[in-house]
Amino acid sequence: MIRRFCVAVMSMLLLAAPLAAQPPQGQSEFVPVNGLPESEKLPAAPLLVVAYAVFLVLMIFYVWTVWRRLNKVEADMRALEQRTVKGGR
Amino acid sequence: MKKLFGPLAVLAAVLFAVAPFLIANAPYESTMLLIQKIFYFHVPSWIGMYCGLAVAAVASVWYLFKGSKAADRYAVSAAELIVVFGLNGLISGPLWARKAWGVWWQWDVKLTSALLLWLMFVAYLLVRKYGGPGSEKLAAAVAIFGAAVSPFVYVSVNIWRTMHPKTSVVPDIIKNPQGMAAPLLVSMAAFVVLFILLLNLRVALAERQDALDELYLALED
Repeated sequence: MIRRFCVAVMSMLLLAAPLAAQPPQGQSEFVPVNGLPESEKLPAAPLLVVAYAVFLVLMIFYVWTVWRRLNKVEADMRALEQRTVKGGR
Repeated sequence: MKKLFGPLAVLAAVLFAVAPFLIANAPYESTMLLIQKIFYFHVPSWIGMYCGLAVAAVASVWYLFKGSKAADRYAVSAAELIVVFGLNGLISGPLWARKAWGVWWQWDVKLTSALLLWLMFVAYLLVRKYGGPGSEKLAAAVAIFGAAVSPFVYVSVNIWRTMHPKTSVVPDIIKNPQGMAAPLLVSMAAFVVLFILLLNLRVALAERQDALDELYLALED
């Protein structure tokens, strides 16, 4: 008797779990409203600041990469010249 | 050009120092308001890219027909700047669009063709870096093709239906100055001077790299 009761309860729980896990029903209609609440409006200032900051960072980064490559080439040239001088001796 | 580098650097610094004040005092556009001020750096970025396209195209033609190493140095340097200025345009555009259109990106003809043009020059740089010996000629052909396509990217807004403003906006601002012309012209001048400076810096690097390659070859011989 107890065993049957436990099986019944378990079966109910197993059936109820997927039903409870279902997502909420989707919207069946859209209700239009005029005007957007202030809290929903996307502020322009951060986007503007980011746009200008990106330009600045991009240019600094590019100049840095050119400077780094130039330094590497100069170092390679010095090393090569030293090798040439040593080889000449 | 080396003599002009200092004065040009000073000029660029002055223009970039003045531009923010002019932009801040420029009137707001009636529909886009504050976010429209991205325009003053967005359009000059593309102008920088188009300067690069012109240099890359002429230098690539010169290299293909005359075999000039100096022309090749200008072509590769301009291609790198096309990618840098184009990247700035491709970042500032979506930031503007997010507020003005409500989306970061729209797969319309103007935006898509601009992205493809930019990718073409990314491909150019990849060919130069990983293409091995002889890749200079292939890259020059890519640059000429990219430059030939670029006018279509520019006029695409007038031919196809797109959310992007038409090409008439900039000439209209310059013809009917209502406070927007000065910041735009100063920003454009600043970007062009910056382009010239960066081009010369990059060409100087290319010259040193070629000198190093010659040294290696001389050592091998």
